[in-house]
Amino acid sequence: MQDFAESFSLAFRLILSADADLAEIVLLSLKVSLSATLCACMIGMSLGAAIAIFRFPGRGVLLVLTNALMGLPPVVVGLAIYMLLSNAGPFGTFQLLYSPTAMIIAQTVLVTPIATALTRQVIADLHTEYDEQLRSLALGPFATLTTLLWDGRFSLITVALAGFGRAVAEVGAVIIVGGNINHVTRVMTTAIALETSKGDLALALALGLILIGISISVNAALMALKGTARRFAYE
Amino acid sequence: MKHLKRILGGLALAAMLALTGTGNAESADKFITLQSTTSTQNSGLFDYMLPIFSKKTGIEVRVVAVGTGQALKNARNGDGDVLFVHAKPAEEKFVADGFGVSRQDVMFNDFVIVGPAADPAKVGGMKDAPAALKMIADAKTPFASRGDDSGTHKKEKRLWKAAGVDADASSGSWYRETGSGMGATLNAAVGMGAYALTDRATWISFKNKSDFKVQVEGDKVLFNQYGVILVNPAKHPVVKKELGQTFIDWVTGDEGQETINSYKLNGQQLFFANAK
Repeated sequence: MQDFAESFSLAFRLILSADADLAEIVLLSLKVSLSATLCACMIGMSLGAAIAIFRFPGRGVLLVLTNALMGLPPVVVGLAIYMLLSNAGPFGTFQLLYSPTAMIIAQTVLVTPIATALTRQVIADLHTEYDEQLRSLALGPFATLTTLLWDGRFSLITVALAGFGRAVAEVGAVIIVGGNINHVTRVMTTAIALETSKGDLALALALGLILIGISISVNAALMALKGTARRFAYE
Repeated sequence: MKHLKRILGGLALAAMLALTGTGNAESADKFITLQSTTSTQNSGLFDYMLPIFSKKTGIEVRVVAVGTGQALKNARNGDGDVLFVHAKPAEEKFVADGFGVSRQDVMFNDFVIVGPAADPAKVGGMKDAPAALKMIADAKTPFASRGDDSGTHKKEKRLWKAAGVDADASSGSWYRETGSGMGATLNAAVGMGAYALTDRATWISFKNKSDFKVQVEGDKVLFNQYGVILVNPAKHPVVKKELGQTFIDWVTGDEGQETINSYKLNGQQLFFANAK
């Protein structure tokens, strides 16, 4: 129990001291995971909505696949991206390994199935509800898709948050493709893994508490945005 | 529709900004990637030594600290300019296979066997490491192994062989392979009251010691040599030959060697320079 108390006070002291190294790590964590969430949402939300609305061959397989891939192990994604970006791999010439860009790619791969599967559910439900109305307006398939995406925007914020949660919390992928290089690719989760391996459990847990704090802040900010937008939308 | 286009446009713009924004860190003028081990990183040696080198040469050193096995594998793929590891036979094979230019000694320290203060296998104070391992095996007291093909794990396997014990046969009972780094293995050993082989630098800097202490030390076979290798540019043209060689020349030269010797933690010297 003493460790827990120590971690809490350490976390507070770290935040209050505005430690430059810590700030750098926190900012990189946010940058990488927010970028990955954005990329994944752009791909996943279009794909998810398409699966929800259109009927095409292989749709069932795609559905099962995206649902299953929500459970992709980060370490497997990290390994696959490492092999692709390695100098011995097909994309080695781009020199992306051990860079934040590689970390964004890995997290995008992790989050895309989540964004796809959850968006499909949201849009499928809306589609059932508004199908007749949309038909009566004689909207084409593309217009139906964009209308439903716009209509489901508040639920889709939750989808984005689920994706961000996955991205910011994972360590398996970014530690392989990023290499946990100090001042270059060190993020919150890899820093926690490093301090744990040094046996500095109190500091590791303190960093974990700060990470949870960041997650809460991002969620709160988006929820506030959602509330404001909803008020404007329905007034 | 209009809203949607605006939102999608905004998202695309934000994503592009985020992606280009991350380019800054990568465009730092001169840097090398050093594939190294956890002991050199976790002990704080690199944090102490590398800024001195960077200040002098203007070359940034980006350290990827993994087990020696993985470091060798990564370097084999050309994902690093210089190797700084501790498993001499494997390093020599790496050079013989043409993946490294040449190998040079840099420094040494030693391995120790740590265990709980209660010392259930009664090995405390022993010097003969294989004999101590034999006693641990006979007493069937838990032993936490790295089990990850790292430099420390390779050394441990040679010690079991010298002790005449087939530890792998007991894997899962008293012999427990964590398959993790040194720190994670020490955390596990402390958690289950198991003995473990560790390099002294990691042990001295390790903070979760509980009541554990060094039980076996001083055997000649526990010697731990670190070497440095330039990854072969003939195999991988992306290797930064000049910058990598500058680092190797510095770390094996007078200034680098003195820097290694001057690094102390809690008043103890962790590594002893021995480049020729």
